Amino acid sequence: MLASLNARALVLSLVLLAVFLGLWEAASPKQNLSGELTEYELLMGGAEPKAAVPPPSAVIGKAWEELSNPFYDAGPNDKGIGIQIGYSLYRVLTGYFLAAALAIPIGFLIGMSPLMYKALDPFIQVLRPISPLAWMPLALFVIQDSQASAIFVIFICSIWPMLINTAFGVAGVRKDWVNVARTHELGAFKTAWIVILPAAAPTILTGMRISIGIAWLVIVAAEMLVGGTGIGYYVWNEWNNLDLTSVVFSILMIGLVGMLLDTAFAYCARLVQYQE
Amino acid sequence: MSTPFLSVQNLTKRFQAPKGGESLTVFENVNLGIEKGEFVCIIGHSGCGKSTILNILAGLDEPSDGAVIMNGKEVSGPSLDRGIVFQNYSLLPWLSALKNVTFAVQARYKSWSKKQVHDHSMKYLELVGLAGGAELRKPSQLSGGMRQRVSIARAFAIQPELLLLDEPFGALDALTRGSIQDELIRIWSGSDQTVFMITHDVDEAILLADRILLMTNGPYARVAESVQVEIERPRERANIIHHPDYYDIRNHLVEFLAKRSRELAGKQDGDTQAAPKIVRFGANAGAEISSETGGKPDARKRAVNNAD
Ligand SMILES: Nc1ncnc2c1ncn2[C@@H]1O[C@H](COP(=O)(O)OP(=O)(O)OP(=O)(O)O)[C@@H](O)[C@H]1O
Ligand SMILES: [Mg+2]
Repeated sequence: MLASLNARALVLSLVLLAVFLGLWEAASPKQNLSGELTEYELLMGGAEPKAAVPPPSAVIGKAWEELSNPFYDAGPNDKGIGIQIGYSLYRVLTGYFLAAALAIPIGFLIGMSPLMYKALDPFIQVLRPISPLAWMPLALFVIQDSQASAIFVIFICSIWPMLINTAFGVAGVRKDWVNVARTHELGAFKTAWIVILPAAAPTILTGMRISIGIAWLVIVAAEMLVGGTGIGYYVWNEWNNLDLTSVVFSILMIGLVGMLLDTAFAYCARLVQYQE
Repeated sequence: MSTPFLSVQNLTKRFQAPKGGESLTVFENVNLGIEKGEFVCIIGHSGCGKSTILNILAGLDEPSDGAVIMNGKEVSGPSLDRGIVFQNYSLLPWLSALKNVTFAVQARYKSWSKKQVHDHSMKYLELVGLAGGAELRKPSQLSGGMRQRVSIARAFAIQPELLLLDEPFGALDALTRGSIQDELIRIWSGSDQTVFMITHDVDEAILLADRILLMTNGPYARVAESVQVEIERPRERANIIHHPDYYDIRNHLVEFLAKRSRELAGKQDGDTQAAPKIVRFGANAGAEISSETGGKPDARKRAVNNAD
C-alpha cells in the first residue's frame, strides 16, 4: 500500500512536471534562433528587445552545457557553475559552523541556567529579528573584507535558530532523566554528555536544519551585494548580461543545492532521533 | 537507644498550590527507623505519598521539614549508595538496555575495565531474564515488563547499601515476578543491603519483608503502623500461606487498607511526633507497643526463598 502510494505520487509528480514544462514551453514566444539572425541583429544583441523568459528547452540545453563542464575557470567573470556553487558552499559552511561552535555551547548554558536564560533573553529578542543583510554595511566597515563580511552575515543569521533550539531542548530535558544522572553521581560533564546532549539532540538538530536553510537563503542575497564569486553573484551577473537562460538555470541550481543541504541535515536528525 | 541505619525524623512534605492557593500537605511528621540489613515494605493507597517519601530518601526531593539520616549523615542529595528502581523505570531511551546498565556500573566502579563493566552488567541482565539479544534493544522496543527488569538490573548491579524500590514488580506477570522476587531475596540475603520497597501487593509484602509499614490516606498522611513479619526464612511461596501467622497478618493488612487507612486519615492533633504503632503476631502477639524506632530485626536466618 505504502509502496504503491509512493509510486502513484511519483507518477503524479512527473505528470505535473510535464504539464508545467509543456505550458511553459508553449507560452514562451518563439524567438528567431541564431541561424536566422542577420549580422546586424547579432551586433545589436540578438533578440534583446524581447528579452523574454526562455523556454524550458533552452534551460535544459544550458544546464547540459554548464553541467558537462562545471569547473572551468576563464577569468573573473566567467567561471563554471561548480566553482560558483563551491564558493557559496564554502562561505555558508564556514559561517554556519562558526555559528554552531558558538551557539550550541551558549545554548547549553542558557538551557541549564534559568539565570543566564533570563539575563540573555532581552539581547536575543532584540538581535534575532534583525535582517542578516542589515549587518552587511557594519561588517564591511569593521572587517574591511567582502569575503569575510559575507561569512559574517551567514554566521549572524544561522546563530539564532541554533541558539534558541539548543536552549529550549536542554531546558526541556525530562526531569526523570536528569534524576537518573543525579542518582548515579555523574559529574557536570558526564551528565551533559550522557544525558542532556542525547536528550536534546533532536531539538538541536532541528535548529541546525532551520539554520542551514536560512543560511542558504541569505548567501544568495549577500553575494549579490559583495560580488566577485558565488552563486548569488553569478545570478546577478547573468542578469546584467541579460542571459535569462542562465538566470533560470542558476535559480534551479540554488533550489537543488538547498534541497541537498536540507536532506543531509534531515538524515543527521534521524540518526539522533529516539523514541520514548 | 542507638540511632538506626536509616532514620526519618519529622518528615513533612508540602506542595505549593499554583497561584498561592492552599498548599497540599502530602504527609506530616513521619518518623521511622530502619536497621541495617532490614527489608521493609510500605503499603498505602494510591496518592498517599509513598513515592514522595522514597524520592526524599533517595535525596532527589527535599522535604519541607524534617530530615533523613543515613549512616549518621543527613541525606542532602542523591548518591550511588542508594540505588533506585523508579516507578516509571526512567530508562534513557536513546541507549540500549545493556548501555542503560553499563553506564551505571561504570559510574559506580570507575576503575573497572570495559570488559569487567560489560560482564558485570550482563550478569545482572541475565539475572532478570534479559539476555540473548533483548539487551541490545532500545527501551521503546521492549515491553513494559522488560523495561522494568532493565531498571531492576541497573539498580541491583550498582550494589548499593540501600535499595529503594518503587513498585518494582508492578508490570510483571506472576511467574517473572516470582523469579525476580527470589533473586531479590537472594541478592539481599547474600549481602548486608537494606531494602525499602513500595508495593500494592500484600502477599508480596508478607513474603519479602521483615516489617511492613502502613500508610494512611492523604493528605496529611502518616505511617500509622509497623507490622512485624516474624515468619522464619527461607520463606516458600507455596508454604508460607500455611504458616499460623500468615492469615492474621494478611487480614490485618487488608483490613487496614479497606478501613483504617481512611479512618486514621486526616490532620492529626496532639501527639504528632509519634512513631508508628508496632504490631506483632504469633508468639509475640499482643505486644503492641509504641517505640521511637521500629522493631529490631530479629536474628534472621537469611537464605534463598525457594521458588515454586
Ligand atoms: N510535583 C508535585 N506537585 C504537586 N503535587 C504533587 C507533586 N508530586 C506529587 N504530588 C502529590 O502528592 C501526593 C502523593 O504522590 P505520590 O506520587 O507520592 O503518591 P504514591 O503514594 O506514590 O501513589 P501511587 O501508589 O499511585 O504511586 C499526590 O496527591 C500527588 O498529587
Ligand atoms: Mg508512587
